[in-house]
Amino acid sequence: MKKIKFSSVYLVLVFIILYIPIFYLIFYSFNQGGNMNHFTGFTWAHYQELFSDKRMLVIVLDTFLIAILSSLFATIIGTFGALGIAGRKSQRTKSALLTLNNVLMVSPDVIIGASFLILFSALGIGLGFGSVLLSHIAFSIPIVVLLVLPKVNELDPALLNAAQDLGATNWQTFSRVIVPYITPGIFSGFFMAFTYSLDDFAVTFFVTGNGFTTLSVEIYSRARQGISLEINALSAVMFLFSLLLVVGYYFVNRYSHSRRQKQRRHAKSEVTLS
Amino acid sequence: MKQSKRFFMIPYFIWIGLFVIAPLVLILYQSLTNTQHQFTLQNYATYGTSTTYLHMSLNSLWYAFLITAITLLISYPAAYFLSKLKHQQLWLLLIILPTWINLLLKAYAFIGLLSRTGSVNQFLTFVGIGPQQLLFSDASFLLVATYIEIPFMILPIYNAIVELNPALINASRDLGATNWQTFRRVIFPLTISGVKAGVQAVFIPSLSLFMLTRLIGGNRVITLGTAIEEHFMTTMNWGMGSTIGVVLIVMMFIIMALTNDRRKKRREVNDDEEN
Repeated sequence: MKKIKFSSVYLVLVFIILYIPIFYLIFYSFNQGGNMNHFTGFTWAHYQELFSDKRMLVIVLDTFLIAILSSLFATIIGTFGALGIAGRKSQRTKSALLTLNNVLMVSPDVIIGASFLILFSALGIGLGFGSVLLSHIAFSIPIVVLLVLPKVNELDPALLNAAQDLGATNWQTFSRVIVPYITPGIFSGFFMAFTYSLDDFAVTFFVTGNGFTTLSVEIYSRARQGISLEINALSAVMFLFSLLLVVGYYFVNRYSHSRRQKQRRHAKSEVTLS
Repeated sequence: MKQSKRFFMIPYFIWIGLFVIAPLVLILYQSLTNTQHQFTLQNYATYGTSTTYLHMSLNSLWYAFLITAITLLISYPAAYFLSKLKHQQLWLLLIILPTWINLLLKAYAFIGLLSRTGSVNQFLTFVGIGPQQLLFSDASFLLVATYIEIPFMILPIYNAIVELNPALINASRDLGATNWQTFRRVIFPLTISGVKAGVQAVFIPSLSLFMLTRLIGGNRVITLGTAIEEHFMTTMNWGMGSTIGVVLIVMMFIIMALTNDRRKKRREVNDDEEN
């Protein structure tokens, strides 16, 4: 009995530590005083300031535009990459491709940022929206591949043979059999790519140049100047948004999971019937 | 079918060539040039002979080690206790959620918490210790880095613990092992793969957390990442920056070799046993 108590106390402590800084930020976003030390009274002023800050709104829109576009491109390229890797016959080619795929997953952000900066200057690509978008596509592709690949590997070759025996064209096999089957993987890939892009600071910091900024970079430069409760308000908004994303992801996952289980049960009952 | 598949894979291969292989080659090439774009080994010679660079690298390794060790000490029990809870999915979600909050915002929160008149100092004054210089110290860097890395350590360890067959623990208990013996001889060795994955996920980023050294460490702690950022963005000495980058890549490979090798073998053995 004592042990259970210790473990719950420990876990509660860990959770408190994990959430204190976040709730601290949100709490002081309602502070009338201009700092994060003394709570003098409740106000929405910092939120009004945030929503009337034109520069900030442009940055938020740019950040989301980058996130959506980069995760879309990364999902398409990565999905075909996963299909291609799975289609390789030789085990050696497969693992070589996977190793190359994972290089960007394990590289420290600074290395990715610095080497992309060298790459862009070598190719003569100017820094700004384009370079940031290209970088975000590039570092999101491997996670898409890693999330789609298991689904592709689960795909039963008999299904593809059956489709082709029934006269489906390549395109029909692809769009009617392969894609529906691997859709959960594609969704989680898109989703992870999206959050990678929203969260990234280090890579963007290197390749962003002077004219273009994303939220992370903006927060960094403002935080270096000291405390401004507008950032607190922003963090509260972003926390709510992350919360929605996580809950959404959780339900999408559960949905596809329970559907898969149902399918499995279905398949089993058919087997027992026959 | 084959032909069309090849065609659709072209963007993926372009990506591998352009954004995986080319950057690695370019950073290596850049490290072998000086500011006048001439081929030279000077950067490596400077790095190898300068006590500043060597000291900085060792310091960075030491801090990454400390961050990893503290994170592991906190995370292992947490992951273990988590695996015993009801509604694990929900709790897990609560562990993951903070990782989705922008890292800069979390760092910013600590600027407020640790500042000279911040809440922690108010508490210290209240207890009677009196206000301390907390921000811009080595300890504050360690604290914030650990805070940020904890979830990345908990998750792989948790996964390893959940995969553990409970029958093994029961068997160990039945054979008269104490709790500590069960932990040391059964649970820990069988979850070492999770620990290794966690160490890998924490140690490598810890070498390169330049934004934290700037915002929290107040440039007292210089990591390899800080040095690279400094050379690329401030002093514009890309050659030297790339040299440090190559050093960082080499360290990354060493850490991966140390944390990767046995896992695959063990998994194969497990598969054989299951078959």
